Amino acid sequence: MNEATPAPVPPPPRVYRHRLPTRIWHWLNAGTLLIMLMSGLMIFNAHPRLYWGEYGANFDRAWLVIGSTADEGYLRIGDWRVETTGVLGRWTNAEGVEKTWAFPGWATIPTSYSLADGRRWHLFFAWVMAIGLTLYMLWTAIGGHLKKDLHVRRDEWSPRHIWHDIKDHARLRFPRGEAEARYGILQKLSYIGVIFILLPLMIATGLTMSPGLNASAPWLLDLFGGRQSARSIHFIAAWALVAFFLVHILMVLLAGPVNEVRSMVTGWFRLPPEKDA
Amino acid sequence: MSEIILPRRQLIARAGGLAATLPLLSACDAINDAPAVRKILSMGEEMNRASQRALIDRNALAREYSRADLSPYFRPNGTRLPAGAAYAAHAASGFADWRVAVTGLVARPLSLSMADIRTMPQRTQITRHDCVEGWSAIGQWTGVQLSRILAAAGVRDSARYIVFRCADRLGDALYYESCDMVDARHPQTILAWALNDAVLPIANGAPLRLRIERQLGYKHAKYVNAIEAVASLDGIGAGKGGYWEDRIDYEWYAGI
Repeated sequence: MNEATPAPVPPPPRVYRHRLPTRIWHWLNAGTLLIMLMSGLMIFNAHPRLYWGEYGANFDRAWLVIGSTADEGYLRIGDWRVETTGVLGRWTNAEGVEKTWAFPGWATIPTSYSLADGRRWHLFFAWVMAIGLTLYMLWTAIGGHLKKDLHVRRDEWSPRHIWHDIKDHARLRFPRGEAEARYGILQKLSYIGVIFILLPLMIATGLTMSPGLNASAPWLLDLFGGRQSARSIHFIAAWALVAFFLVHILMVLLAGPVNEVRSMVTGWFRLPPEKDA
Repeated sequence: MSEIILPRRQLIARAGGLAATLPLLSACDAINDAPAVRKILSMGEEMNRASQRALIDRNALAREYSRADLSPYFRPNGTRLPAGAAYAAHAASGFADWRVAVTGLVARPLSLSMADIRTMPQRTQITRHDCVEGWSAIGQWTGVQLSRILAAAGVRDSARYIVFRCADRLGDALYYESCDMVDARHPQTILAWALNDAVLPIANGAPLRLRIERQLGYKHAKYVNAIEAVASLDGIGAGKGGYWEDRIDYEWYAGI
């Protein structure tokens, strides 16, 4: 391509943006979270109702239900109800057979109903996720990543600064040149939120559902307001992670997917040239 | 139904989409069914069991609740009414002739009547029942600690598991469950004959059911008529230690 231009354009400056532990953890975690989500949806299918408090079963009031009537599927949250035929509650599987499990087969591991297998996947990869996260958290703290790249400086906390970054994102105006080598305030808050809040919350609420661990750490039940509350929070936090994933993918696509993905594979990120360059 | 009124283009798109996803979905299921994969995934159960046994005090109690916390209705699950004339006759006579055999690696095999069990020291506990499916119910249970029965029978040191045999037949076999000696001797592990101050209903396992409070619901065997101390689970059922463990690969250790 460069041959067509009269004068050779100097290659954009590169920065070593992601160190090896970040890259390994990123991809390991991406695969693990996908498995956790899909096997989690299978487990949810076994009892597609959510409650607040310690107990909750079929005869108790659920705040969220994915169910089916004779001819439709539906999602009910509180008193709000929406028909979801084809996607939730009533859908057709790959063989053309109508099913009434909450989440469809293409979204679950395995694709046909098996609570036992869903649990096998979920409870094995829970270890992969927890060990990976713990090691990565330690590395970010000890290796300087947290302080150097994710630490929110005092001036960045100002509402004006945050609002400015929100407006820039909304207008799809991304920093260029040297500024793109560093994380903006929204990026910092997202990554801190996922690594230090959402993922630990997933682990903690997951452990709160363990009757074994309840015996040695009953304070977890108090922290989350009971086992069924923990199950509800686990479900909500999972969708918060999905929301993060969707925004994350959108931002990667908008900021230059090849450069972004390459930087997460090789570590090297090409700085986008300054606007007037 | 709604398929019929779909525009033709949408129907084609849907058929194409399904055809495209079919190989991917069956590939996923092939991975799920591969013996090597299942072996690796099963390591999760062993890690959960080992870590919980290491981290949790063997006598740490499951939370006990107050009467105000009781579920308005305690949902029964699994067998609601065991089939067969023998069980019906027991139910008709108020389980007056029900016996619980205590056998296996014991010094003194026992055959306990419900009257024997009710005259032993009792424990009452309000605990939360967590089904593997995800729901929970809180109930008050009264019964005898399994450790007392095991002590009365003189369980030998060679016993590593306690097997609970049940009167309810599910499909081709009688229900059964098992646990290790830590849970068998746990203070809250009881054979309960009362729920919420009333005689245990048939749907909940009358006349006698296991409460093993630090594990999931399918471990809480109902309609118990025999207790066996064994050194190994091999040769019992399919050898995995329980009805569902044998059939659909539920975890034997159900503490999570």
